[in-house]
Amino acid sequence: MARVTQLQLVALAPRRTLWQRARLHFRKNGAYWLMALPGLILIFVFAYAPLPGIVLAFKNFKYNLGIWGSEWVGLKNFAFLIRTPLAGRVLLNTLFMNALFIISGTVVSMFLALLMNEIHHKLRARFYQTAMFFPYFLSAIVVSYLVFALLSADNGLLNRLLINLGREPVKWYSEAKHWPVILVLVHLWKSAGFGSILYLAGMLAISPEYYEAARIDGASKVKQIFYITLPLLSPIIVIQVLLAIGRIFYADFGLFFVVTRDQAPLRATTEVIDTYVFRALRTLGDTGMAAAAGFAQSLIGFLLVLVSNFIVRRIDPDKSLF
Amino acid sequence: MASVAKTNTRDMTHPKHSHALAAVSRAFVDAVLALFAVACIVPLLLVISASFSTDASIFKSGYTLLPTEFSTMAYRYVLGDPTQILRAYALTSFVAAAGTIFGLLICSMLAYALSRNSFGARRPLSFMVFFTLLFNGGLIPFYLFVVQTLQLKNNILVLILPLLVNGWNVLLLRTSFKQLPEELLDAARIDGASEWRIFFQVAVPLSTPVLATVGLFILLSYWNDWWMSLLFIDKKELYSLQFLLYQISQSVQAINNNPQVLAQLGTTKLPAESTRMALAVLAIGPVAFAYLFLQKYLVRGITIGSLK
Repeated sequence: MARVTQLQLVALAPRRTLWQRARLHFRKNGAYWLMALPGLILIFVFAYAPLPGIVLAFKNFKYNLGIWGSEWVGLKNFAFLIRTPLAGRVLLNTLFMNALFIISGTVVSMFLALLMNEIHHKLRARFYQTAMFFPYFLSAIVVSYLVFALLSADNGLLNRLLINLGREPVKWYSEAKHWPVILVLVHLWKSAGFGSILYLAGMLAISPEYYEAARIDGASKVKQIFYITLPLLSPIIVIQVLLAIGRIFYADFGLFFVVTRDQAPLRATTEVIDTYVFRALRTLGDTGMAAAAGFAQSLIGFLLVLVSNFIVRRIDPDKSLF
Repeated sequence: MASVAKTNTRDMTHPKHSHALAAVSRAFVDAVLALFAVACIVPLLLVISASFSTDASIFKSGYTLLPTEFSTMAYRYVLGDPTQILRAYALTSFVAAAGTIFGLLICSMLAYALSRNSFGARRPLSFMVFFTLLFNGGLIPFYLFVVQTLQLKNNILVLILPLLVNGWNVLLLRTSFKQLPEELLDAARIDGASEWRIFFQVAVPLSTPVLATVGLFILLSYWNDWWMSLLFIDKKELYSLQFLLYQISQSVQAINNNPQVLAQLGTTKLPAESTRMALAVLAIGPVAFAYLFLQKYLVRGITIGSLK
């Protein structure tokens, strides 16, 4: 409607100069622009203005020369990055751990939502949700304290239990092989409950008539889940997984750096791109290589979202992100 | 919840279904959920219990769900020399309050403008917000820009400004504002209300769940932030609560690895385990409070905001 009138306006009043059109636009939209401005400025400053700094990935950065004064080195930073002995390990850890998080997170969140959907008792539903969402709101620092209470070599609950069962205690913070499992469990503990909100919201939006019809036809609860709930939720699931795949090169820094207490012996399984970039910046001081790693991470992540979105769009446009 | 209607019809339409089986499966559902809920809370209980234990008892029997020797020693110790913790508390409270108020205001104004069909520039500007979620320049350009161009290292503003606007929150709010009944806004417009007045007196009051949800997200992003401190803060006076917790566990670890550090730090005493856990409990306290207070809006807020 509004679009048609705008078109008509343009047709009726030809040969407006750019300036006149801009003035008309601002007279109509001035309040909107003023409302949007503070947010737009902040987004510009903190998300767009730093972008030119990407050139650092192609430079040999020297603090005294600054971003623009530093010497161009082409793809040398990337070549150096690829030749680092750790590079393959870091990349593999990032992808492997994130894949584990995506799969386990989706399955467990979905499962919890299906169970929550069966709870019709208000008070109990409130209790379960309050407890399930709570860990999501704790900082990684606090989580590291909680995990320490469980895993501390001398006083941790887990080792005390092992001793009581007559088993050998484990030095959790110096044995890398346990950490993929520990981190998956911590990740599920922290976010699976909260992740179920979205699925539960989707389930509540499904019309009860579908289930009534299915019941009249004699479909069991399990059949209803597989033939009604899951198919109707698939757009939400697909979008969530898509978003997660787009971020598969980004690791949760708090989980991998703080919760592991940045213990060197654990890095074989817990060093990921984000912790590596941070360490390159902080301790190695290799800004060029860190920038190259960060840029590769952003670019590949971006391409991944575009590709996966394109594929989903081809299959079912309703399920695509954009 | 919304599916209450289902329960009423279940037994009538399905007489063949055995009641015993239904009861068993209901019990199973409850058992699994209760187990998960308890698992979510247990680590927290460990820490609270440790904060109320004597160090000797932690050393003797480890972390337990209930203190074996009850003591408020750790809290008296923390609050006995309160300068550092109080300063961190004050700083974090200030940053969180300022950040939440301005963040919520700025995000919702932007989201409202982007939600209006009559706003000619809404498409390119929405894309500008959305794009930040898909692509960013990485840590190094951001770090150097803040340090060199904005010169915000060791400035309290660096703890507030970068977190004020978050693309997800803007999109959540925009989706919610889009669903406001257009007739209502038009009615206000015909009565001569300005766009600002419509925003503050019609749109905002009608969006309580989503505003409470986003407000909680913003509040927690400030209260729980340590990343900005880790990157940009090394002055002790500007330590936030979370960063103080982080520094304490770092120094404890450094001392465990190398006892000489203690002398270098100029202190003779390590914060004991119970003291550290008391600090953690004090840091969780306000979060838990805000969460319990706003939790009832969460599901509704996210539901409204995330419908495509």
